[in-house]
Amino acid sequence: MNAPLPETRAQGIGVALPRKEDDRFMRGRGGYVGNIRMVGMLDVAFVRSPVAHGRIRAIEKPEGSEGAVYTLADLEGVQPIVANSGLAGFKNSAQPVLAGDKVRQVGEMIAMCVAENRAAAEDIAAQVFVDFDELPAVVDMLAARRAGSALVHEEWGDNVFLETFIDADLDDIRSKAAIKVRRKLRTARQSMAPMEGRGVVAHWDHRLGQLIVYTSAQMPHINRTGIAGCLGLDEGQVRVVAPDVGGGFGYKGILLPEEVCVAWLAIKLGRPVRWLEDRREQLTANANCREHDYDITAYADSDGRLLAVDCEATVDSGAYSSYPFSACLEAAQVGSILPGPYKMEKYRCRTWSVATNKPPILPYRGVARTGVCYAIETVMDAIAVQAGLEPWEVRMRNLVLPQEMPYDNITRKHFDSGDYPECLRRAVQAIGLPALRERQRRGEADGRRIGVGLAIFCEQGAHGTSVYHGWGIPMVPGREPVTLRLTPDGVLEIRAGVHSHGQGMETTLAQIAHEVLGIAIDKVRVLLGDTGITPYSTGTWGSRSIVMAGSAVGVACKELKERLIKIGAHLLKDEPAMVTWQAGAVVSPKGWKRIADIARTWYLQPQLLPGDVDPRGLEVSTTYQARRDSGTFSYACHAVVVAVDTALGKVELLDYVVVEDGGVLINPMVVDGQVYGGAAQGIGTALYEEMRYSEDGQPLASTLADYILPGATEVPAIRIAHMETPAPYTEFGQKGIGESGAIGSPAAIANAVNDALRPLGVEINQLPITPRAIVEALAAVSAVSGNQGRNA
Amino acid sequence: MKAAAFDYARPASGDEAVALLAAGTGMAKALGGGQSLGPMMNLRLAQPDSLVDLRAIAELRGCRRDGTGGMETVLIGACTTHADIEDGRFDDPSRGFLPRVAAGIAYRAVRNRGTVGGSLAHADPAADWVNAMAVAGADILVQGPAGRRTVAAAGWLQGAFTPALAEDEIVLGVRLAQWSAAARWSYYKFNRKTGEFAEAIAAFVVDPARDLCRGLIGALDGPPHVIADARGLLAALQAGDPAAADAELVAAGLPPGSYEHHIHRAALQRAAAQLKGNA
Ligand SMILES: Cc1cc2nc3c(=O)[nH]c(=O)nc-3n(C[C@H](O)[C@H](O)[C@H](O)COP(=O)(O)OP(=O)(O)OC[C@H]3O[C@@H](n4cnc5c(N)ncnc54)[C@H](O)[C@@H]3O)c2cc1C
Repeated sequence: MNAPLPETRAQGIGVALPRKEDDRFMRGRGGYVGNIRMVGMLDVAFVRSPVAHGRIRAIEKPEGSEGAVYTLADLEGVQPIVANSGLAGFKNSAQPVLAGDKVRQVGEMIAMCVAENRAAAEDIAAQVFVDFDELPAVVDMLAARRAGSALVHEEWGDNVFLETFIDADLDDIRSKAAIKVRRKLRTARQSMAPMEGRGVVAHWDHRLGQLIVYTSAQMPHINRTGIAGCLGLDEGQVRVVAPDVGGGFGYKGILLPEEVCVAWLAIKLGRPVRWLEDRREQLTANANCREHDYDITAYADSDGRLLAVDCEATVDSGAYSSYPFSACLEAAQVGSILPGPYKMEKYRCRTWSVATNKPPILPYRGVARTGVCYAIETVMDAIAVQAGLEPWEVRMRNLVLPQEMPYDNITRKHFDSGDYPECLRRAVQAIGLPALRERQRRGEADGRRIGVGLAIFCEQGAHGTSVYHGWGIPMVPGREPVTLRLTPDGVLEIRAGVHSHGQGMETTLAQIAHEVLGIAIDKVRVLLGDTGITPYSTGTWGSRSIVMAGSAVGVACKELKERLIKIGAHLLKDEPAMVTWQAGAVVSPKGWKRIADIARTWYLQPQLLPGDVDPRGLEVSTTYQARRDSGTFSYACHAVVVAVDTALGKVELLDYVVVEDGGVLINPMVVDGQVYGGAAQGIGTALYEEMRYSEDGQPLASTLADYILPGATEVPAIRIAHMETPAPYTEFGQKGIGESGAIGSPAAIANAVNDALRPLGVEINQLPITPRAIVEALAAVSAVSGNQGRNA
Repeated sequence: MKAAAFDYARPASGDEAVALLAAGTGMAKALGGGQSLGPMMNLRLAQPDSLVDLRAIAELRGCRRDGTGGMETVLIGACTTHADIEDGRFDDPSRGFLPRVAAGIAYRAVRNRGTVGGSLAHADPAADWVNAMAVAGADILVQGPAGRRTVAAAGWLQGAFTPALAEDEIVLGVRLAQWSAAARWSYYKFNRKTGEFAEAIAAFVVDPARDLCRGLIGALDGPPHVIADARGLLAALQAGDPAAADAELVAAGLPPGSYEHHIHRAALQRAAAQLKGNA
């Protein structure tokens, strides 16, 4: 009566399956916003501000451009973008979707021009004349904090979005500490650089009475809420579809003024309207991340044990508060995570989120952690030097110990699990420290200097309601929803509100379904990115998706399994308690029923169903919350070997090791991919990427010839080793690791470069570490010592 | 960004191309591989009314041996691509120097299209051919309404992005003398990452048969600094005396103590060392 049960292939949790989505990506068949063609579609080009700060006196539309040029005055009733924070003292900014009376950054949109194609729209844009009263630009975040600075938002009276302060009395520590180190550190403003830029296509569907917005976005449901709010529509009148997204990294975790403008225009004109960002717009208008300044002091005893950290951190938050993460997320995060994986007696930290005439800050992969890790790991190395210890020894003496887990640290972060010292030990061993120290003593035949650097950190991921509600930002993540549905032929559809833009979620969510149901992963369809067919979610950010959506899929599959067992047992004329679930089938001594058999019965042969069948059928909607929502804490140690060419200031990465604990790995290959990609971005932060601004706020790079990204030749073969300490509070023990690679690399590389340069009396305290920075620092010390030409 | 509208012509001869450029009164531009002009047009930094595509002109393609002034020479057509040279699809008079330079230009995709003539006409002081041809002692052949003329590559750049070329002239090709079997060369390019333009270039060409020892400091703000007789400098550098380069570096406009001075000095030292290694 039954075909034999298929052999089950290992496709579940822990299997390094090739990604389902690679079939289309590797063949160039991905479907991105830029691939969308619609009859009658028009293209938009924006007139963007050429000045960083100025009052708009007049905007003159070119003659004969009726219906082709729109300014804020035309966008009647459209609300500005507001991302308030509930934190006390936060000063709000309203960002009009097109500039009103003032522009506050180069690249701010002033007018929207529409034509048959982009070139024609640019022709029109070039003829729009804007009369400005230029104002002095606020460019440097420390200068912006000083009294008398020009003001980005005059009504505030200063340039500070938010100041936070965690106080502690350090008097006794100051008097007893044998070691005190202080560093002033800077990280550059960067431009996230996903391969696919932003892009929007919008049209009004008369049949559905709905605005359909295709946009390259990480959080389509949030974009929908934001667009509906700005345009005064019901959310039901808006459907947001994020198709394939060619990289997010936080760059696409935002409600865009462009989305609001293009959607408004599509309604106004009754035609599909498109805007595709180009690289020049991206670089000049949207260099929007990473710029931190630290004045950090650490106190330790003579054995290198940390007593206290005292820090003043400033974040350049740019001109406006972005929706939904706001202008203060980054700096406030700095305050709460600066202690890193270490124990200390006291902690004091003041932060400022400062407004400047630059693009609004967005959380970039790693968010504040990348800068924070650089700051704390720099002072750990400084302590090691003072204590006469190896950098790893100092870290070892200060890390939270496995027997202390779970551990509530000094800022009450709840480290859930893990063995930090073992992670460090493995990284130091893998990099081969003793041989490297010996090599340093011998010196290099080519005259370069070898350096070794470490960074160890933990990454809070998938943190939920209890962590975010205190911020009072427009979006607080709650329980994560998922919907499952079987088709009559036994295909499982998974509908999730998170998105996938490189994370391989179509594969990993299917693997979780396989783990629970035994269903072959090619019989699982994962549907993402479309608010019309997925449940409401805050989307993909904060290393949360495999924890939250992955667990939700697991919970839902378990429920579906119960329902399948009940029907299957009935079909086998057996009691549910008498059957087992094997290889995607209900099995009893009398035979078996596969998922497809049961699904066919439910949909097409209902006469065979038990009388008391669960009326909810073969569709499961559920939501998931971790047993504790304070987040998973994955952790990693990066160990790097560099060779520094002191004559040219060039740094080569000779070896790179990452030891990572992501808890239970759903797909180790996907995890490795996340680490490689993140580390490549961190290498950019460490050595290459920097958007500089002139004194009047002009961005000094407008193409990738000037904004240097690491390429294939700049990223070494990274060696990854895994530890797998299950997370105690998640469904399968998995932890979020999506940002990890980008967190540790700048700190490890900077420490390695400084390890190489230390014998020459040089320490570089800014990122990126460019050839110019190295050469000039070396020249400065050799000028002092009168030892000209030594480095040549 | 997208380019502003333009016309396109594909002449079959140099005369026709020159006539088309002259008719465009400054608003027509020659097109080689489009690897510099294309981005400039897309950024709307260049908005020519028409493009005169030179790639169908037989004379500008390929490479041939000729003799001028009793010397054996090779004429490399302006539309020869960097990849042609990298792969040795030409009659190389330079004993491997030009292929080595070509291989260090940009990425393969750019080298497949970018041309020698286009690179010279673009006249970016940090580009490779303007520097390599100068130290190689090449001549650049130009055709304009008044006929043909020759410009020594060492004097080609009048300033950054300003070649000794009128708007209605085209580059026909580059002529190089055959280097002897005893010739040696070095070329050191320092850049931030693979495929980027140079921050510093240094090179030496030594050919005893022609009593020649030339040096170069390149990738400057303006024209490259050619050292016609580099014997003394080379000997000093090879003997480990970097300060010997300071006078030339200052003459090249690199103030002592500056980053630029440091990296160009290092590049010169490396080029000198490479040459020693080549000996
Ligand atoms: C990513 C990237 C990296 C690069 N890196 C390097 C590098 O490392 N080193 C380097 O040297 N170059 C580099 N380049 C530039 C590249 O070598 C170009 O090919 C070159 O500069 C221009 O050559 P082309 O044939 O493409 O000229 P086009 O772009 O077609 O033209 C450039 C200019 O020359 C004019 N022109 C073209 N041909 C002629 C002719 N025969 N006579 C008169 N005028 C002419 C055009 O009117 C235009 O003004 C890079 C380019 C890119 C895109």
